[in-house]
Amino acid sequence: MTAENGQTLRWALAAWGLLLLFNAIASPGFFMLGARDGRLNGVFIDILNHGSRIGIVALGMTLVIATGGVDLAVGSTAAISGAVIAVLSSHSGWPWWSALGAGLLAGAACGAVSAGLVALAGLQPIVATLVVMVAGRGVAQIISGGGGVPVTDPALVALGNGVWLGLPGAAWLLGLTAGAFALASRRTALGLFAGAVGASPGAARLAGVPGRTVLVMVYGLCGLSAALAGAVEMSYIRAGDPSTAGLGLELDAILAAVIGGTSLRGGGFSLLGAIAGAMFLQTLSATLSAQNVSSDVAPAPKALVVLAVCAIQSPRLRARLRQRGRP
Amino acid sequence: MEAVGHITSAGRASEPAALRVRGARKHFGPVRALAGADLALRPGEVHALMGGNGAGKSTLIKALSGVHPLDAGEIELGGRAIRPRSAHDAERLGISTVHQEVMLIPGFTLAENIAFGREGPWRPGRSREREARARSALARLGIDVDPRRELGACSVAVRQLVAVARALDVRACVLILDEPTSSLDRDETARLLDVLRRLRAQGLAIMLVTHVLEQVEAIADRATVLRDGATVGEVVGADLTRAALVEMMTGGRITPADALSGPGPGAPRGAPPARAGPALLETRSIAGARLPREVSLRVRPGESVGLAGLLGSGRSETVRLIFGAERMRAGALLVDGVARRRWSPRRAGRAGFALAPEDRRTEGILPGLSVRDNLLIALQARRGFRLLRRSAAREALALTGELGVRMAGPGAPIDSLSGGNQQKVLLARWLATRPRAFLLDEPTRGIDVAGREDVLGLMARMRRAGMALVVIAGEIPELLRSCTRAVVLRDGRSVGEAEGTDLTEGAVLAAIARHDR
Repeated sequence: MTAENGQTLRWALAAWGLLLLFNAIASPGFFMLGARDGRLNGVFIDILNHGSRIGIVALGMTLVIATGGVDLAVGSTAAISGAVIAVLSSHSGWPWWSALGAGLLAGAACGAVSAGLVALAGLQPIVATLVVMVAGRGVAQIISGGGGVPVTDPALVALGNGVWLGLPGAAWLLGLTAGAFALASRRTALGLFAGAVGASPGAARLAGVPGRTVLVMVYGLCGLSAALAGAVEMSYIRAGDPSTAGLGLELDAILAAVIGGTSLRGGGFSLLGAIAGAMFLQTLSATLSAQNVSSDVAPAPKALVVLAVCAIQSPRLRARLRQRGRP
Repeated sequence: MEAVGHITSAGRASEPAALRVRGARKHFGPVRALAGADLALRPGEVHALMGGNGAGKSTLIKALSGVHPLDAGEIELGGRAIRPRSAHDAERLGISTVHQEVMLIPGFTLAENIAFGREGPWRPGRSREREARARSALARLGIDVDPRRELGACSVAVRQLVAVARALDVRACVLILDEPTSSLDRDETARLLDVLRRLRAQGLAIMLVTHVLEQVEAIADRATVLRDGATVGEVVGADLTRAALVEMMTGGRITPADALSGPGPGAPRGAPPARAGPALLETRSIAGARLPREVSLRVRPGESVGLAGLLGSGRSETVRLIFGAERMRAGALLVDGVARRRWSPRRAGRAGFALAPEDRRTEGILPGLSVRDNLLIALQARRGFRLLRRSAAREALALTGELGVRMAGPGAPIDSLSGGNQQKVLLARWLATRPRAFLLDEPTRGIDVAGREDVLGLMARMRRAGMALVVIAGEIPELLRSCTRAVVLRDGRSVGEAEGTDLTEGAVLAAIARHDR
């Protein structure tokens, strides 16, 4: 991690903190917790729930972006994983853990396809993953037979609805995923290699970095994280829905990674930043709905705030503002 | 060319300066790049801006060309205070700059590169006009290339000259050239210097940044020397000697004799390596896709073999082939006497090879990553995904101290280091893997006198430690200093060899220049 990442992480956390502070003042019910049907609810719990789903994907996306790529297929991958788990559990009667495992494997396979197109066929990441994104949605429809597949297995339902030690299941899964990603990228050379490939593919190759292996691992991990997010979403709505699951997930994940200080040019990256970015994004959506901004209009003000956060992180812009400020 | 000597500039000394800088200051975060630099550039002179790596030359140029505004200080152009806010702004004011890293667009044609950003909207016949104009601009520099060619398909030398043509395409009164000859061969350098003489006679004020002292002596009327971001002095006419410049630049740290004389104490000539023993590396008529066509050479441990030849003779391509960076189309590559078929940089690294590439910016450093990451990458790549042991990493990082890398710390971004220090980090990257053979493509390009001495001394130490070196150096004296043997390449073929007492500048030059096809 470079010094610059550390700074942008601080900015992302500061922006999130400001947003929470605003809500504490402007909407009194924001941090209230209630219980209904034995299930914790409240705006803040919702944020944790949905923000965690974005955060899980943002972790995988961050590594992909570090290699100078981008994975647009995460939404479709989530849909595939949800469909696989729902079909295997409800129609084929598989136990919950093997259905979940199969869903995650399907996600990793999607990542591997993207990696193959990027590393072997030499397609640009944005094109390769766009292909997988479009095709993946169709595959999800085929798997589920063209409609939502309800899920009733109590273990699978608990995944996205349960609460353990006061935190929703999705938040626990985010913590576990973050730990796994931190181990994979910082306790092995994967993080260094991914950053090297992103900073300069030519130089990385001459230094002996196994570029293809790195790409396969990184896209595979991203697919895995998308599949996990898909499982959480499927659990939350209690059905594998191929047409709406994971819609727009790729954009939220990319935004979260960028807000967290990972540059789309590739190179250095920040996993913590991605989580902070995801939480910021979800808090922003919740804030807008708490302020009674209709969900049809909300994307516009949301975009403005995201733009402001990204702008304030830019060292160049800050330098320019400082220059203006001087007499 | 025109007989414009030192007298001219002395005669014009009373004229007002075309460009004057007073008390220029600039910080980048905690790093002080300029701390009170002064400069006066007169019309009709070639003014050399000298200084070691990190002395502030590039920063000063970037301030003049509007890339980085100054924190404090004044810039006057023709007696009027200016503050260029962008490169375009500076150009409009009459300051044209050719930067060291050529800022052109590879996918455009030469003509488009010369004209872009300066043309009006499209109208019929514009592209033909543009091509005609480009043709005459290139002819003015004496190069014969089709302006409709794509820049990316041209050699580095042609790109450099196109950048000069682009700078001259506007009505400039000040022309700044940052290391313009670093990628040019002898003939091309001479041609560029001729062009500069012609432009000087036309009254243009030319600022030349270069590390090559011979060029300064050959062409400059005046030189300003920077050290640690401040001007240490200006020399004119008869005082403008290599010895004086070296002393001013280094503050007496290096005696001029060290930097200028031929073989120094580290020179290998005295101790010829054992001729016996198997070759560590042998190539038999190897050929690449285009270049080289047929190169055969043998390198033993403790031997330093120089590749001599003109630009385009296939020197860089040969070392890239040896390192596995390009596909071999014919011939055989033997390491320790065993032919290697499946060969790649990764395998080469594991076999104990190292490469310092010619193009540091795109193939050497990992921009945006820390010095630490840049240093450890090769050692880590050799070990695989299992993280380096802390002690191994610490040992590798200690190399930066040993090589005298000047930096804020191992966490600093590599981009914040000067060119010479970046090169030292790249050498350290490979030395950390304890290579048996080091391929060095222009290892001292763009590096100041002191840094060059460091690198050349390091190469001598590597050779004495039993490493095999293959060295490419455009400067023949440097090649002679660092090599025990020279192989001459011409048109992608190895055509001659010189060793021992035959290894002289004259012999090598004659072999390079001979035209017996």
